[in-house]
Amino acid sequence: MSTATIGSPSDRSARSPTIAGSASNRADHVKFLIFAAAVLTMPIWLSPVGAAYPDLVQKFAIYGIFAIGFNILFGLTGYLSFGHAAFLGVGSYAAVWSFKLLTMNIVPAMLFGVLAGGVFALLIGYVSLRRSGIYFSILTLAFAQMSYNLAYSVLTPITNGETGLQLAHGDPRVLDGPAGAGLPSTNLFGVETVGYSGFYVCAVALILAYYLALRITRSPFGMTLRAIKSNQNRMNYTGFNTRPYTLAAFVISGMYAGLAGSLMAVVDPLAGAERMQWTASGEVVLMTILGGSGTLLGPVLGAGIIKYFENIFSAFNDQVLSRMFDFLPAGLGDLMVDLVQPFVGDGWHLTLGVLFMLIVIFLPGGVMEGVSRVAGRLRRVRSDRTG
Amino acid sequence: MTIFDRTVNRRRLLQGGAAVTAGLAAPNLLIRGAWAEEFRNNPGNAKSVKFGFNVPQTGAYADEGADELRAYQLAVKHLNGEGDGGMMNTLKPSSLKGNGVLGKKVEYVTGDTQTKSDAARASAKRMIEKDGVIMFSGGSSSGVAVAVQSLAQEMGVVFMCGLTHSNDTTGKDRKRYGFRHFFNAYMSGAALGPVLKEEMGTDRKAYHLTADYTWGWTQEESIKNTTEGLGWQTVKAVRTPLGAGDFSQYITPVLNSGADVLILNHYGKDMVNSLTQAVQFGLRDKQVNGKNFEIVVPLYSRLMAQGAGENVNGILGTTNWHWSLSDEGSQAFVKSFGQEYGFPPSQAAHTCYVQALLYANACEMAGTFYPPEVIKALEGFEFDGMGNGPTLYRAEDHQCFKKVLVVRGNDKPTNQFDLLKVVKEVPREAVTYDHTTLRRRARPLQGLSRPRRVPGRAVRSFGPAAPAGVRRTH
Repeated sequence: MSTATIGSPSDRSARSPTIAGSASNRADHVKFLIFAAAVLTMPIWLSPVGAAYPDLVQKFAIYGIFAIGFNILFGLTGYLSFGHAAFLGVGSYAAVWSFKLLTMNIVPAMLFGVLAGGVFALLIGYVSLRRSGIYFSILTLAFAQMSYNLAYSVLTPITNGETGLQLAHGDPRVLDGPAGAGLPSTNLFGVETVGYSGFYVCAVALILAYYLALRITRSPFGMTLRAIKSNQNRMNYTGFNTRPYTLAAFVISGMYAGLAGSLMAVVDPLAGAERMQWTASGEVVLMTILGGSGTLLGPVLGAGIIKYFENIFSAFNDQVLSRMFDFLPAGLGDLMVDLVQPFVGDGWHLTLGVLFMLIVIFLPGGVMEGVSRVAGRLRRVRSDRTG
Repeated sequence: MTIFDRTVNRRRLLQGGAAVTAGLAAPNLLIRGAWAEEFRNNPGNAKSVKFGFNVPQTGAYADEGADELRAYQLAVKHLNGEGDGGMMNTLKPSSLKGNGVLGKKVEYVTGDTQTKSDAARASAKRMIEKDGVIMFSGGSSSGVAVAVQSLAQEMGVVFMCGLTHSNDTTGKDRKRYGFRHFFNAYMSGAALGPVLKEEMGTDRKAYHLTADYTWGWTQEESIKNTTEGLGWQTVKAVRTPLGAGDFSQYITPVLNSGADVLILNHYGKDMVNSLTQAVQFGLRDKQVNGKNFEIVVPLYSRLMAQGAGENVNGILGTTNWHWSLSDEGSQAFVKSFGQEYGFPPSQAAHTCYVQALLYANACEMAGTFYPPEVIKALEGFEFDGMGNGPTLYRAEDHQCFKKVLVVRGNDKPTNQFDLLKVVKEVPREAVTYDHTTLRRRARPLQGLSRPRRVPGRAVRSFGPAAPAGVRRTH
């Protein structure tokens, strides 16, 4: 995927693995500002497609963070982790415990979430990174699945098993003092973080996470990670110890996941073990590949697409479909409903699977490759015209 | 009950949302709706009103979920004055008019809970935030019901619980927006006790297999209390993961435990699998301690009996309702459900249908959709003609009190739906309890005070259909 030419001013720097020149640096910042603006205005421009409601835009932002973090490990360093959901789950549990024991303020919860994700990633990464390739993937999968099973069995005093960890009226919350009537909501120094205000917390976190990922990608450290991806053996033969770098990438990635997990608890103070299941780990792999691994924006797009499908397509039922096609003559409308039905409602996985296959076959670089192809064609058309 | 007073918090929530939104200079259209209405999702002058039906369409309880959805669709039809009206004609006292609710046509949206708290809350949030439902209902898992119920509280939208049998669904605090028509584990125990005593005596050794979440825990507790009250001993109680698929690793130890009764605190596909395997392992042909080995399934349903086939023959349990009941309401419901779908409804379908009607009726009684008024109308509502005899929606804990059926797997079924035989209709008085009994003190660290589980719990497998004995091979 790293095909961009070095130093050209029109270089698509967001995805090019070249050393950032001042021109691409400026381009980076412009892109970053556009990204930030797009994220903050999501509730507006998503409303025509029916996705502008707090829960879903929160999810876009949270899974965006998760996927960006995953991409640091997978897209940049080339290590395919199949157990990233474990860090997400750990982050959630840490955050909910912070709500239960300390305070409903979200800052400690997020800090604990990130910390827990990082520490957990350090432990798992230390062991798993002794292997690479498929062995690494299997190790991470095994560890994540182990955490999932532990959450359901011996760790139920911490995780509350299948029921999920929830707030209770009698929680101590030592920093908050006694709770009033009803359960308190999460807050940021007094401002409650549910609904759209919860979304803005997530959005700001996503923007910061994106910026940090951008800095990492452009830094010498990011360069090293890319070198590891392209040929780790050669790095080792030149006397370069790659282990600390891969471990650092793994831990950073785990902290991103921990942050995402804690944000899930911030907008909805409940943690369930199913967040750690292998399907959840697989989902973030799909998001990253769908959007374009190795790119900065791709994973966020991929996360958005998958969550959109999961929440909107899955809710189409017969009634919605017949309303959609009622402009057609009766027989034709019914036929359309019958044709479309297997692909929506509980068949949304099918649609997603087809989309995924199409993208992997025709656009191996994900949606971002499609975007850059279109942009390239436009540029060629324009230069043809001017030249 | 001051514990329920959340108006101040809701206002602060809106103010908080407004402050942050304004601070970020986002356009006001985001919160426009929030100020204009005095309660969430007020239909105002709209011609229609939306209900949300949040049922498991995938997972261990998918069969129940599918039947629940059928019942909801039927209820919507009847409320809008289509079809034959079903139990709308038998509900007494009834304020329903058959022209929608308060003159507004009823529409509905659906969602998949996947039998997971996370997914259920996500789809409930979508219904409330995006689709603007005035009420939502459903769920075939108490874990989900408990999680979604606290969401209902936060959002200020009424939640009419579907099939949920855990004591904690109504026993615990902050349930103002949640209502349950279904019976609970305590009632199952109270109804089952005398029958067990009659059939199996007072000297028995019980072994529990329990679904590992809130429903399983409370059912195990309630049944244990009942059986130990009869003089039975509890040999062991083993927790099994929800949706385990294969229970052979849990059933083999039963054979050598010295127990002579197996109590399956499972539901849905879990119960179908565990019961089928228990029978295949020959438990029922065994003699232990000089007595026939018996299996008890405290919470029974016709759908499960259908799944387990002839393995249910002679097995005792309780159920909320059964289609073979001969009262007017049940007959009317079975008739219109049968005309619509070609087979009789399950107890899950029944409770969901009733819940939808009761909500609509309460709105008519209150004359408004404003939740606090609707809640007042439901609280203490005494009604009849919904298939369970005279029923009371108790105001204190929003639990319905009505008779409970003790049933037995039918060994001579006359047709494919005639799978359960009603052994006894336990009157409402026998299963009524004081509303303070089940409200355990809110445990400070909910998880920490759980009893230590017994060893020998299996590792949860990777997929839904994992090979048997994953653990033993290691």
